[in-house]
Amino acid sequence: MSLSEHAFEDGLAAVIRRAVAGADGIANLRRLSGGASQETWAFEAVGPKLSQRLILRRAPGGDRQHEAAAGLETEARLMDLAGKAGIPEPPVIYVLRPEDGIGRGFIVGFVDGETLGRKIVRDAAFADARKGLAFRCGEVLAAIHAIPLDQVPPLRHADAATRLDELHKRYRLSERPRPVFALAFEWLRQRLPKEPPAPRLVHGDFRNGNLIIGPDGLRAVLDWEIAHIGDPIEDLGWLCVGPWRFGGIDNPVGGFGTVDQLLAGYEAGGGGRIDPEQVRFWEVLGSLSWGVSCAAMIQAIRSGVDRTAERAMIARRASENEIDLLNLIAPRS
Amino acid sequence: MQDEPTPAEILETVAQFLRETVMPEMQGRNAFLARVTANAVDVVRRQIELSPAADAAELARLRALLDSDGTLETLNAQLCERIETGAITLTTQGLKDHLWETTLAKLAVDQPNYAAYKRVHDQTPQKT
Repeated sequence: MSLSEHAFEDGLAAVIRRAVAGADGIANLRRLSGGASQETWAFEAVGPKLSQRLILRRAPGGDRQHEAAAGLETEARLMDLAGKAGIPEPPVIYVLRPEDGIGRGFIVGFVDGETLGRKIVRDAAFADARKGLAFRCGEVLAAIHAIPLDQVPPLRHADAATRLDELHKRYRLSERPRPVFALAFEWLRQRLPKEPPAPRLVHGDFRNGNLIIGPDGLRAVLDWEIAHIGDPIEDLGWLCVGPWRFGGIDNPVGGFGTVDQLLAGYEAGGGGRIDPEQVRFWEVLGSLSWGVSCAAMIQAIRSGVDRTAERAMIARRASENEIDLLNLIAPRS
Repeated sequence: MQDEPTPAEILETVAQFLRETVMPEMQGRNAFLARVTANAVDVVRRQIELSPAADAAELARLRALLDSDGTLETLNAQLCERIETGAITLTTQGLKDHLWETTLAKLAVDQPNYAAYKRVHDQTPQKT
């Protein structure tokens, strides 16, 4: 372990002694794999009569952050707010302060379960959980979209037209021409909602991979990193985007359910009746958005911000979105 | 003329070393990164093997579609411009087939295990 890693571990232990009653230190600190945009650390708060499993979410290297990110402090407030609104969330234990000296982030309670999309889609252990999951996702999304905006911390506003405009600017940053993306931009421009719906709190990354699933179903909604105010149907479409099906391509909702089930849950949860074509619009926008994000990784690689093979391989996943976009807007005859 | 083994054959040995020797000795995030790095080496190997033919076919299709000459880069830029100005649409003869062929050729290099690709690939009679 390097000197800075020792300082990090000591700093975290000091935080825990103050934040968790009965704790005199930490044990088993380890970084979990995955998470190119944020670090996730698992550890235990320990004391004479205590062993409590906790998770630290931290900006990479302590303080780097995605440009569209709401900010880790805001993310923690949203998780807390959602938890109080009945949405399954891990309890927020502590939000890091500058004087803690270990970067930006927050600590939540550990929720047991699976987040690996591929396992959730395939493993027999989740067969029962899969049955009601798309419906349950609809219900939970309706509850997120019902959170009154006057309770929500300041967030960026982005409706469909704004999202498309921002996306096109990011697309143009890369000089590489991509005819499939160009076609998707045209398709979306022609179908922009004439009257944007009433703005709601949008989770922004509600998908298989960011949900903790147990054999009994949905246990927690994670990753509020890019939450914003906008069109609520965005969340429904994003949940259907191809890469989040983890191979279960015939089940559009996260690889585990149907759009009918999702929309039935959304209606049962008070979200109203939604036209599947609106979901498709947002699935196309979501697929294009993830494609542009993948392609944009080239800037992090070439500027030297991140030269890992992981980053390079995400950049090469842009083409996944191209085949998904073609299936959505120009299916093979 | 360079000696053998070919670049693709050398890369195969690199990927094999990463998977069979490095990965089992790593833990946690480094084991994950070793696997990702082996995958990256495979992408380069497939690109070396597949892109000369795929690029030539793409260039020929672009020339026909645009009735114009140039490099892959300039012709793709032209195609994007014509799509964005509405001069070429999905009803234009050849556009859809071109985009599918080009996209499948990319996935054959980048993500041959992606389910949406595998389905189309498995349903298409293979040219030999």
